[in-house]
Amino acid sequence: MTESNEKNSLQAYVSMKNVGHRYDPDPQAPMAVQAIDLDIHRHEFVAVVGPSGCGKSTLLRMVSGLLIPSHGEVSVFNRPVTEPRDDVGIVFQKPNLLPWLTVKKNVLFPLKHKYGRVREEDKKRADELLQMTGLGAFADKMPEELSGGMQQRVGIVRALLLNPDILLMDEPFSALDALTREQIGFDLLDIWRDHPKTVLFITHSISEAVLLADRILVMSKRPGTVLDLIDVDLPRPRSSDTINSPRFSELTNIIRGHIYEPITRA
Amino acid sequence: MNQSPVPKRTALQWLSKQGYRFAPALFFISLIILWELICRLGQVPQYILPSPSAIVEAFFNVEFSRWMTHLWATLRVALMGFGLSILISLPLSIGMIRSELLNRTLYPALIVIQSTPVVAVAPLIIVLMGTDDPSRVLITCLITFFPLVVSTTTGMLETPPELIELSQSLRAPRYRETWQIRIPYAIPHIFSGLRVSITLAIIGAVVAEFVAAEQGLGYFIQFSTSFFKIPQAFAGLIFLSAISLLLFKSVQWLQLWLFPWSLPKKK
Repeated sequence: MTESNEKNSLQAYVSMKNVGHRYDPDPQAPMAVQAIDLDIHRHEFVAVVGPSGCGKSTLLRMVSGLLIPSHGEVSVFNRPVTEPRDDVGIVFQKPNLLPWLTVKKNVLFPLKHKYGRVREEDKKRADELLQMTGLGAFADKMPEELSGGMQQRVGIVRALLLNPDILLMDEPFSALDALTREQIGFDLLDIWRDHPKTVLFITHSISEAVLLADRILVMSKRPGTVLDLIDVDLPRPRSSDTINSPRFSELTNIIRGHIYEPITRA
Repeated sequence: MNQSPVPKRTALQWLSKQGYRFAPALFFISLIILWELICRLGQVPQYILPSPSAIVEAFFNVEFSRWMTHLWATLRVALMGFGLSILISLPLSIGMIRSELLNRTLYPALIVIQSTPVVAVAPLIIVLMGTDDPSRVLITCLITFFPLVVSTTTGMLETPPELIELSQSLRAPRYRETWQIRIPYAIPHIFSGLRVSITLAIIGAVVAEFVAAEQGLGYFIQFSTSFFKIPQAFAGLIFLSAISLLLFKSVQWLQLWLFPWSLPKKK
């Protein structure tokens, strides 16, 4: 609890004030998301859960600046987001590696793409990151030679290369099998502990959200809005023991209640 | 001796494996033998359907240098037309991907060109541009460029939208999005377009020779037929098909050599 209180006392890093978005310019058209108020603190791990199509990805795109909301304002470090930000790393649902590049060149791709060249120190950093995530031996392999879990690890390393302050993850593990998924989640926590970042993590999995996050934003179905914001007061480091603790089940049940309640009422 | 059943079975397996392997060749050879038999036993006249042996004979009766002259004339036009259509279609596709206005403006025109039978337009082009290489190259180009534009455009549009978002979030220059993401993603599509186009290029060159030429394999087949040298016409036709096949395979080899990652995985 103290840890989370301490974070709450810090200044908001990513801030959303009454944010909403409508893709269709017609004012009668339904909103994709509406009335989102959320302050994320620096180096906090926030997970977003909600039913399919509730605008979770819309939220993520608004933080990255790829999408400017039609209502309200998103700001990072008190500066409104008005264009794509390059201090964010994005990890997608699919690894989306470039099949013609080796693992290492895929990791270096954002630099090559942004600046047109790659320096020696960048190559060193890519090697370090690959070592750190247990991919060192695969640096010169082609993506197709790697398993799905490995490919997604490469996707994460690619997002970390520019050392972004904000890591946006759009259902990054949903294409993986359950065992790989759990392991890669713990690996992500290790990376996050050693290289603190502000993480916005979108997921369908309630237990994954509880296992990883400091706080969980529970969203309603479309038009997505905030149903609850839950503090995850489970101690860190989290491990497979965390899953067996009674508090873990309590938290997952609270969230499950939120997600199913409006449906049973309807 | 008590081990004899095992080698026997493997021998059978070996035979069936070889049979599988050579099935296409065996089928082809059987067809040629059947063809020869029909011609000989049915006493089919050479000027209606020449036997394979007569075609081979006719092939060797034509001097090698003459074959090379005709081959070069056809190949030259086909490759120049093919090259020109690559030079036109790649920039055109990139332009159409990057500009909605250009896409809207040009797409109907491309459809009109593609819908016009080039064979029917060929004589008009010859009238307009004369009987030399340029008009034949243009005819070839008109036949070959459409599949290239379609395949390149399709390939570039199939780039995962997440990668385009990645590029946008990096605020990378647009040309790098095109060169480092969209075009490599289109490579498999571009090559299937190239495979279609290279065989069309031979067709284009032959069509042009049918209309106006003094050289080339198409011209050779046409004049052989008009002099009732049917075995010789067949020899020309088979030579032409072999060249076309070789060009098709060359495009495949080029892809394997330059972009091995772009080929479907063998299981």
